[in-house]
Amino acid sequence: MKLTLKIWRQKNAKSKGKFVIYKMENVSPEMSFLEMLDALNKKLVETGDEPVAFEHDCREGICGSCGMYINGHPHGPVPAVTTCLLSMRYFSDGDTITIEPWRALPFPVIKDLIVDRSAMDKIQIAGGFISVNTGAAPEANSILVQKKNAEDAFDSAICIGCGACVAACKNASAMLFVSAKISQYALLPQGRVEAKDRVRAMVEKMDELGFGNCSNTGACEAECPKQIKLTNIARLKREYYKAY
Amino acid sequence: MAVQIENTQYMEKLNAKIPDGPLALKWTNYKNSVKLVNPANKRKIDIIVVGTGVAGAAASSSLGELGYNVKTFSYHDSPRRAHAVASQGGVNAAKNYQNDGDSVYRLFIDMIKGGDYRSREANVYRAAEVSNQVIDHFAALGVPFARDYGGTLNTRSFGGVQVSRTFYAKGQTGQQCLLASYASLNRQIKKGTVTMYPRREMLDLVVIDGRARGIITRNLITGETERHSAHAVVLATGGYGTIFYLSTLAVNSNATAAWKAYKKGAFFANPSFVQIHPTSIPQMNEFQAKLTLMSESLRNDGRIWVPKTKADKRPPNEIPEEERDYYLERRYPAFGNLVPRDIASRAAKERCDAGYGVGPTGLAVYLDFRDSLNKQGKKAIEGKYGNLFEMYRTITGTDPYSEPMRIYPAGHYTMGGLWVDYELMTTIPGLYAIGEANFSDHGANRLGASSLMQIAADGYFILPVTIGNYLADQIRVPGIKAEGPEFEEAEKSVADRLDKLISISGKQTAASFHRRLGKIMWDFCGMTRNEKGLLKALELIKDLRDEFWKDLRVPGSLNDLNQELEKAARIADFLELADLLVTDALNRKESCGAHFREEYQTPDGEALRNDADYTYVAAWEYAGEGKPHILNREPLRFEEAEMKVRSYK
Amino acid sequence: MDKVLFSSVSKKFVMALAGLFLILFLPVHLAINFMLLKSDPGPFNKAAHFMATFPLIRIIEILLVSALLIHISYGIYIQIKNWMARPVGYAIGIKTKTSFFSKFMIWTGASVFTFLVIHFSNFYFIRLGFVKGNPDDFYSVAHELFRIPAYNYIYLLCFILLGLHLYHAISSAFQTLGLNHRFWTPVVKVFAWIYAIAIPAGFAVISITIWQFR
Repeated sequence: MKLTLKIWRQKNAKSKGKFVIYKMENVSPEMSFLEMLDALNKKLVETGDEPVAFEHDCREGICGSCGMYINGHPHGPVPAVTTCLLSMRYFSDGDTITIEPWRALPFPVIKDLIVDRSAMDKIQIAGGFISVNTGAAPEANSILVQKKNAEDAFDSAICIGCGACVAACKNASAMLFVSAKISQYALLPQGRVEAKDRVRAMVEKMDELGFGNCSNTGACEAECPKQIKLTNIARLKREYYKAY
Repeated sequence: MAVQIENTQYMEKLNAKIPDGPLALKWTNYKNSVKLVNPANKRKIDIIVVGTGVAGAAASSSLGELGYNVKTFSYHDSPRRAHAVASQGGVNAAKNYQNDGDSVYRLFIDMIKGGDYRSREANVYRAAEVSNQVIDHFAALGVPFARDYGGTLNTRSFGGVQVSRTFYAKGQTGQQCLLASYASLNRQIKKGTVTMYPRREMLDLVVIDGRARGIITRNLITGETERHSAHAVVLATGGYGTIFYLSTLAVNSNATAAWKAYKKGAFFANPSFVQIHPTSIPQMNEFQAKLTLMSESLRNDGRIWVPKTKADKRPPNEIPEEERDYYLERRYPAFGNLVPRDIASRAAKERCDAGYGVGPTGLAVYLDFRDSLNKQGKKAIEGKYGNLFEMYRTITGTDPYSEPMRIYPAGHYTMGGLWVDYELMTTIPGLYAIGEANFSDHGANRLGASSLMQIAADGYFILPVTIGNYLADQIRVPGIKAEGPEFEEAEKSVADRLDKLISISGKQTAASFHRRLGKIMWDFCGMTRNEKGLLKALELIKDLRDEFWKDLRVPGSLNDLNQELEKAARIADFLELADLLVTDALNRKESCGAHFREEYQTPDGEALRNDADYTYVAAWEYAGEGKPHILNREPLRFEEAEMKVRSYK
Repeated sequence: MDKVLFSSVSKKFVMALAGLFLILFLPVHLAINFMLLKSDPGPFNKAAHFMATFPLIRIIEILLVSALLIHISYGIYIQIKNWMARPVGYAIGIKTKTSFFSKFMIWTGASVFTFLVIHFSNFYFIRLGFVKGNPDDFYSVAHELFRIPAYNYIYLLCFILLGLHLYHAISSAFQTLGLNHRFWTPVVKVFAWIYAIAIPAGFAVISITIWQFR
């Protein structure tokens, strides 16, 4: 395949970025999107240019490091995959692919396609935990959890913290991300004890960091590589109302 | 020629500090007699933890809870990215919830046997003993483990054992355990007991008067080298499996922190013990950057086979039952598809080398769910492995519900690592290694689902106790300052090395060297090894290393985010570690666990151990630039577990 | 306290409640409007008079106006906050397939508001004495207006926009209130469709009938 890549290049947080166009030849449909970028970077390095900076690690869709905005979609046009698992077989010869970093006030660009997502950590730090010290846990089977609740909690807990929900939302809202954590703990008896403090703290932190408001467009759900559901957001709201 | 010097005074240097008393009471006795640090003094003590996987995050949070000042480092943007996140199958624990006769003792025996009698009894027993607390703690932290209808925890079985003791959260147990540990870390960050330093890579260890007192890091955003000091340093930096380039590990996983510690005097134990995982998605193209694991738990319900005729190109579903060779069930009737990983991997390699492999490259075998799907229904299979099947479909484009998966072994886990004593301290006082970074509990082969168990045990329950024994003597040492000749020297050497890397200005990228190194390691020091190949590997590694330092190209600058520089620095260390890994494989003239020397096998192709000569931990010591590594031996004594030929037949 | 009152969750909560309250008023208004189709102005004017004078209705009216103001001001406030959350936009706009109209609530809302200003100046302001007219004969006022084609076009356009606004508004309000259910949420969605079509259609039928057939 021959491709034209239009990639956002930005030296650092302070400098102004711009799109740079690269021509790629011999792209195999068996490559993953990131392997295609690896090939581009190899070429760039060998010809003395700086490679395109992007984050990636596990390359199997679980660490949440990778994430770029590809042709108008976070993680590209294929649903339920991260960029690292996006296969080039979904693109055709001659395509132009525009690649941009996540855009949101709380996600400033660090370099090229890398953005600072520490805001998501800050929300977790505010309350995304169950307060139990090492050694203080009761016998595991003394806490019974309904099978259905355990499964629902799992479905919320699989969020990989990539930020695609924020990137996809027209309001740059982090509601899906926050609600997934709130839901996981709200569904488990272990998490109920401090449910009120948690939801208050996390929502407050989310607002403080400058994320937008949820207006229920559902873009987050549609783009979430882990298919976290909007029902989590409704649950967050219920938890929030209960907390006051 | 691999030259090695043996250190005859090893007994003095390698004191494993195993507590007295019967095996089952050692940990209790230890805890009863260990020195304590009172709460007021804890506040005056700084501890550095490098790495935020389950082990690092668990240690940081637990030490923070105890009241120490903890500084935690990660090269990721967030602690949650650490590669424990990709662990799939589960956590072992001797809860015996299934009433199938499980016990701490049985878990201990399974691990000792699974590790092919090359691990330390006391450590393994302790890991088994602590496993139950690990499950209690994870459950309390909100890990959404699989449950039965009554609300109790469910388990499944894993390779190499005959009981069902693996607790799991679908195929994402590692993710859930990591996120739980990340959450407990966050809680301490909020409380202020832990200070988090993300996007920092440890590039050297600072040793002052023989004690670990700090680290040098590079700020990956600004490129600045930074000094950090503490009373003790804990490395939780994971394994070095990416030395094979293509492995199931995250592409950024590396050996640098451990290697720097080695060069500052910490011994490196059993580096050649590298687990090759039997069930990974085969390589599909030459550009591939990593291989994706398919959890071992799949072997619970999947049957492994190859066609009975060589180079059979028919689609798998068209090959009738009688023309399929379920070679694991044939060779190992007692354990069948659930033999330990090393055995399953070699068996797959054996079939493929003999010409029975499937797929376009002939380097794959089938993992077939047809029978389980017929028996249990699609829904039940989906409930257990849904995400894995989905992942397989995404990557390969074929549907494992209708066609068997194709799998092949891939580099996965390193049982070897920094040598540690019973207290998880390396040979440098004040330097600890936990999790996969140490060599401790898995001997020559790790059993499935023992990794999450061990890393959580180390981080939550063992290190926070044992480190007190060292720090109790440190309470009079005032806060360590990041200054003095040792810090200056270390910082300068880091800066010089980075400068050297960037100024070679050759032609080849760091990744291209990595790819070539990986191929050497895989071909000559992978699933099977022989002397000739290992000797050749040593030469090839040396040549590659020379070429690396002549022809590497790192673009960009030092004072900026520079991913090529990060990569180059890691690969430079891999090129050194590779030499040690091969040296260790050469030294061990026996086959045990994952280490299979072709010269030492039984007539039917099983591993042939040499207990008389090799029942020891090979702890390697750095002798200086260009000098041969020094071998120190820690003899292993088996008082409880009877040494047997490991048989899964 | 303002962290609670003006949190991202609370703002939407208030907006949703106010919106639902406004939505409830629509069928009442529609029912009264149907009386415009009678040739006798009596019933309509009587109903209008009742609405204008009955004490309980007056209270509701105050609530309605407040709800409207709250809904609008919160809507604008939230929208500004949302724009601020993405200071640098994408070169290629977000192509995610979502409920199309959910992305344009501020604009459909603004159109409806514009209409309300016109509408108020025609009727409500007469009653308040801001605008000249006979508050006791809204029947005639309405009939006269509906005979102006331009007024009809604007009227119809605004009701289509109201329908679009309503469709997302109803299901969204339930979600915002945390009322999400495996069975009932799809039902609410169907109801929202019906409501979003039926209400504007009802108003449209009246205006078209008067315009074309009276």
